[in-house]
Amino acid sequence: MRALVVVPVLVPLATAVACLALGPWRAAQRAASVAGALAHLAVGGALLARVDGTGIQVMQMGAWPAPFGISLVADLLAAIMVLLTGIIGVAVAVYSLGSIDAARERHGYHPLFHVLLMGVSMAFLTGDLFNLYVAFEVMLMASFVLLALGGERAQLEGAVKYVTLNLLSSAVFLAAVGVLYGVAGTLNMADLALAVQRGTAPGLVTTLACLFLVAFGIKAAVFPLFFWLPASYHTPPVAVSAIFAGLLTKVGVYALLRAFTLVFTAETGFTHSVILVVAALTMATGVLGAVAQYEVRRLLAFHSVSQVGYMLLGLGLFTPLGLAGSVLFLVHHGLVKSSLFLIGGAARQLGGSYDVRRLGGLWRSHPGLALLFLLQAFSLAGIPPLSGFWAKLVLVKAALDEQEWVVTGVALAVSLLTLFSMVKIWSETYWKDAPPDAPAGPTRLPALVVAPIAALVLLTLALGLGAGPVFDLASRAAAQLADPSQYIRAVLGEEARP
Amino acid sequence: MTTLLAVVIGVLYAAGLYLVMRRSVVKLVLGLALLGHAANLLIFTVGRLSRAAAPIVPAGAERLVPPHADPVPQALVLTAIVIGFGVQAFALVLVKRAHRETGTDDLDALRSTDS
Repeated sequence: MRALVVVPVLVPLATAVACLALGPWRAAQRAASVAGALAHLAVGGALLARVDGTGIQVMQMGAWPAPFGISLVADLLAAIMVLLTGIIGVAVAVYSLGSIDAARERHGYHPLFHVLLMGVSMAFLTGDLFNLYVAFEVMLMASFVLLALGGERAQLEGAVKYVTLNLLSSAVFLAAVGVLYGVAGTLNMADLALAVQRGTAPGLVTTLACLFLVAFGIKAAVFPLFFWLPASYHTPPVAVSAIFAGLLTKVGVYALLRAFTLVFTAETGFTHSVILVVAALTMATGVLGAVAQYEVRRLLAFHSVSQVGYMLLGLGLFTPLGLAGSVLFLVHHGLVKSSLFLIGGAARQLGGSYDVRRLGGLWRSHPGLALLFLLQAFSLAGIPPLSGFWAKLVLVKAALDEQEWVVTGVALAVSLLTLFSMVKIWSETYWKDAPPDAPAGPTRLPALVVAPIAALVLLTLALGLGAGPVFDLASRAAAQLADPSQYIRAVLGEEARP
Repeated sequence: MTTLLAVVIGVLYAAGLYLVMRRSVVKLVLGLALLGHAANLLIFTVGRLSRAAAPIVPAGAERLVPPHADPVPQALVLTAIVIGFGVQAFALVLVKRAHRETGTDDLDALRSTDS
């Protein structure tokens, strides 16, 4: 059953093809989309169970031995991320049924959605840098169209900025891949790791590491490269925003985690210190941008930037505990941020606006939705015993162990500001009375909107209340990242030596 | 030949970055195309240039004899060209739609979503 590694890529591809073929029959297309997302989730779960049970899974495409062919590799981090993709994929696929208009569905919303999931899964599973570039492009192409689909003025303006900066990032990534091949003669990440351990052109490799930091940094939206994100994430329908905020920036963070634990580990004193500084600045600038916003999607988009800083904090510390914190934070943030976007969309269906100042009174009219929001908002801010608290606790503990006082202080202060802006949404949207000119919205939300939100909130609660086993899993994933020899042996065979 | 290509790549990068930083959306797309070409030529050059050395095992020999060209950078460039073509085609359509919707090609005017 080696082939299990490639199935998370094939399922969304097959689903996209099926959705395309079922184009004229709307109901069938919608059913196929949800069925495909469920299958993807099931495969993700099976893959994680197998990797956790029997170790790193490797598949050599076309049975060409590594490093000559393309390797697909599922270690614990990759399997966790694929499962996260499956969870958010199902939630957003169901939510889309209740919120995406018929015109967008007619113009290929569902096939594009699954092509996006395919690109994301491939990026998580590939063991080859050039294949990672291809996965990025698949993902980007789908995200470009999803962002612009509908052709509203705001969408097109956001898309111009998003497309420009992501293409710039791809050009930098491609150039770095090319030069790295010229230097090391291979693009298989395990083989590259060996080449770097052998001491191939150390100065040039560190320079290339910085190029990769810029390329992946743009995708992950880190300071000072994040400006495309708050300019575009709030323009498409909220289901698209949710999948972008829940998954796409995570791919950039994942690529950084992978590259800077496996390949670029020769000069950690320099590269990882840069990452640590970038992480602190990202946390601070993102949350300060969020504090000034009243448009709920824009506020959440700025928060995504801020939270990316936390994910990089663990990588910058580069200790097993720090990496475990980063893994935990990736999962926590994927669930919380996508559900917060979906809740924002539900509030708009009720109150008719994304601007929190024009909403109000939802606590009285829809206490259930208000409760769901409150749980996720507290989790994002890090109130115990919710998931955000544990993720932040692990990261802060790791930072204190390394005596990084400044970063610790920034992380704690940013938590406070996160709580402040979440309270702002709460008091404006839910607590204050509805403004007198507010339009009378529907009294009940459709089940297709409420069910995915409730499922994501329950999962977040489980993540917080079951923090012990989840932390153990994250620690095992971090142990694999901290000791790349397991990954290298799994890909290249037992006798692989530098 | 390598020196010449290095100069060409440098000029392409400079021109591409200059165009990307202009305010006109059309120049932006042209700049992105030039940056893509620069990256492709860079891969091609860094993969070492050779002349009349096809990577084919000669008749009667057991294996490749040096000097021979490395086919991998050419495969990478080919893939990158195809992807770049698709992405640039999309960028052109996007810019055309954005122009029709906003009536301007000035990037500084595209800020209705910034507040």
